[in-house]
Amino acid sequence: MSVNEDIKYDAKLDGILDAATGAGTGKSRSLGSVVTLCLLAVAVVLPFVAQGFVVFQLTMVMVYGIAIMGLNILTGFNGQFSLGHSAFFAIGAYTAAILMESFGVSYVWTLPAAGLTAFVAGFLFGLPALRLEPIYLALATFALAVAMPQFLKLTPFEHWTGGVQGIVILKPDAPFGLPLSQDQWLYLFTLGVGFGLYLAARNIIASRTGRAIQAIRDNPIAARAMGINLSLYKTLTFGVSAFYTGVAGALSAIVVQFVAPDSYTLVLAVAFLVGMVIGGVGWLPGSLIGGAFILFVPNIAEGVSKGLSGAVYGIILLLIIYIAPSGVGGLLHKTADYFARRRK
Amino acid sequence: MALRTCTLLAMAVGASALAAAPAMAQTAPGVTDTEIKIGNINPYSGPASAYGVIGKTIGAYFAKINAEGGVNGRKINYISYDDGYSPPKAVEQARKLVESDEVAIVFQPLGTPSNSAIQKYMNSKQVPQLFVATGATKWNDPKNFPWTMGWQPNYQTEGKIYGKYIADNLPNGKVGVIFQNDDYGKDLLKGLKDGLGAKAASMIIAEVPYEVSVPTIDSQIVQLKGSGADILVTIATPKFAAQVIRKVAELGWKPTHFLNNVAISVGAVIKPAGPENAKDILSTAYLKDATDPADKESPAFKEWEAFMDKYYPDGNKLDGSTVFGYAAAQTMVQVLKQAGKDLSRANIMKEAANLKNFEIGVLVDGIKVNTSPSDFAPIEQLQMQKFDGERWHRFGPVMSGESS
Repeated sequence: MSVNEDIKYDAKLDGILDAATGAGTGKSRSLGSVVTLCLLAVAVVLPFVAQGFVVFQLTMVMVYGIAIMGLNILTGFNGQFSLGHSAFFAIGAYTAAILMESFGVSYVWTLPAAGLTAFVAGFLFGLPALRLEPIYLALATFALAVAMPQFLKLTPFEHWTGGVQGIVILKPDAPFGLPLSQDQWLYLFTLGVGFGLYLAARNIIASRTGRAIQAIRDNPIAARAMGINLSLYKTLTFGVSAFYTGVAGALSAIVVQFVAPDSYTLVLAVAFLVGMVIGGVGWLPGSLIGGAFILFVPNIAEGVSKGLSGAVYGIILLLIIYIAPSGVGGLLHKTADYFARRRK
Repeated sequence: MALRTCTLLAMAVGASALAAAPAMAQTAPGVTDTEIKIGNINPYSGPASAYGVIGKTIGAYFAKINAEGGVNGRKINYISYDDGYSPPKAVEQARKLVESDEVAIVFQPLGTPSNSAIQKYMNSKQVPQLFVATGATKWNDPKNFPWTMGWQPNYQTEGKIYGKYIADNLPNGKVGVIFQNDDYGKDLLKGLKDGLGAKAASMIIAEVPYEVSVPTIDSQIVQLKGSGADILVTIATPKFAAQVIRKVAELGWKPTHFLNNVAISVGAVIKPAGPENAKDILSTAYLKDATDPADKESPAFKEWEAFMDKYYPDGNKLDGSTVFGYAAAQTMVQVLKQAGKDLSRANIMKEAANLKNFEIGVLVDGIKVNTSPSDFAPIEQLQMQKFDGERWHRFGPVMSGESS
């Protein structure tokens, strides 16, 4: 897809769906705010009417959505590929689990810790790796994803990581004696964290820094000519992306109550990538749709045929790509465009 | 206007979710007059998908039971989900089974990581996590986890049997052990030491761990040979076990070699290592062997074959997992028979802990399933077997790992 098209459709969708950040103007802004508020209201009501396990599933959708949002910042806005985000997810999850189980830290404080650890890991990994061309960077991050589960099993770390056994975590209760079940509380907690992270991401993208990040994607040579420090921005973007994914990892550890090396394999990294493409590359709200895809579509595929679940999954994926070649975001954009034209 | 639409939307979501919530009035969850819902979690996709055969065999066996009229007039409604061997997915599927499908029990969920992930949840919900398909010893812990029970002989039981055999038959031996440095390896090693008893400290002269991440374990074998051991106990998964067998032969070392049960596959271990190198290796078995001519002629195996032909025709009869699933499903049916009319979760658990000398035809003759409120390890017996260069031959008495 061309760069101009990308920016155009970003702007339009901004107006329609995420004007809560103050982007967009006039009529489209107020409409956007109402839509966002409506969605938020529904999201807040949901845990009180749905069954416990549905609430759990929706929480996981948001967790995956946050991780995909991290990947989206990197790929959608900075144009770099990563097949290794499962590793940052694992770093976040283990940071949270170890802090809670070995050091008795409250789950709330494990989130920033997990994010920062993942940020540092991402930044350090990014320093050498980001001098690589996209395709080679994808391979380097692929190595990271393959190596991570084995690192977590190594004996020297076993005292903290629990080796292959993993770590079982206790689920937190709702604070201040609120009359909420653990599932409901974790759902609302994740919703709050996710929404906060979403607003932050929107603001970063809309800022001067965000424009620099996108300029690097669009034309690195021109960006450098304008005085943008390429390697610094690329490395920072990688770090921020890892931060988001790390926070998501920590949330997943708290929600699932268990971490083990085999939860964070290459399959997860690929799932993030698939989710991002399905939701729409470079469109942040699409991350949530991507999260829903990677959680629910395997279940649907399994429901159709147990023996051929992989094939059914593939067919669903192909169909979606055929109907919405630029992700759900692109499809929404086209639909909106169509109606706008008809009104004229 | 927009706000009203918004409120309406929220109410609609609420109403539909409420309507979807089923009635909770029944006394025994997952049980009606005509059926009982049994849940299962298996890796039909992902790295361990070869084990998915177990879940399918169980389904086929329940179909047979239903075709024959069910258990005490109730049909079994078997709901099996895929977790791809991923612990977070296992949690999701377990919750779906318990909270949405409202199964009475979850039977034979597979894999140590997946079962570890759901154990606390199942016990807090007081839903039986019955006859889990993993060999870890920790499932036999009725005090802390009264709703979780193992099935197959656990690693410590197996280790104890090697220990006992060595103590009885090779009391002057010098034992060298190579073990995989994880849960499973340490579990089995502990059993070995328990089986050797007081002599463990003096008889085991070398313990060498290896990491799953290493490419070869040649140096560990050289080290063990150098220690002067004349008995080698190999606690290793198939790939490494094959390496051990080959390296021992290359070195011209002739210890009495014990090989753990997870690595006895002729196709995956013995053939790559060279059958001539594996001659006289000792191991254990608890299931009969589809490739053994004598076993094949036994009435139980004829029944199993008829079952496979009719209910699971595309299943591979040479795959030991089909025998495994067949035997596990029979245990489940026996528990339901014993529970009779009262299929509450508590009563099912009570009867699962009340199996007395239950025999399953495809288990090695003489092995009986026994449980009690303080013993959540159903199968605790194994028979020694020796490789003759072509296939395994069982010999000697059926041995028990129970502390006596």
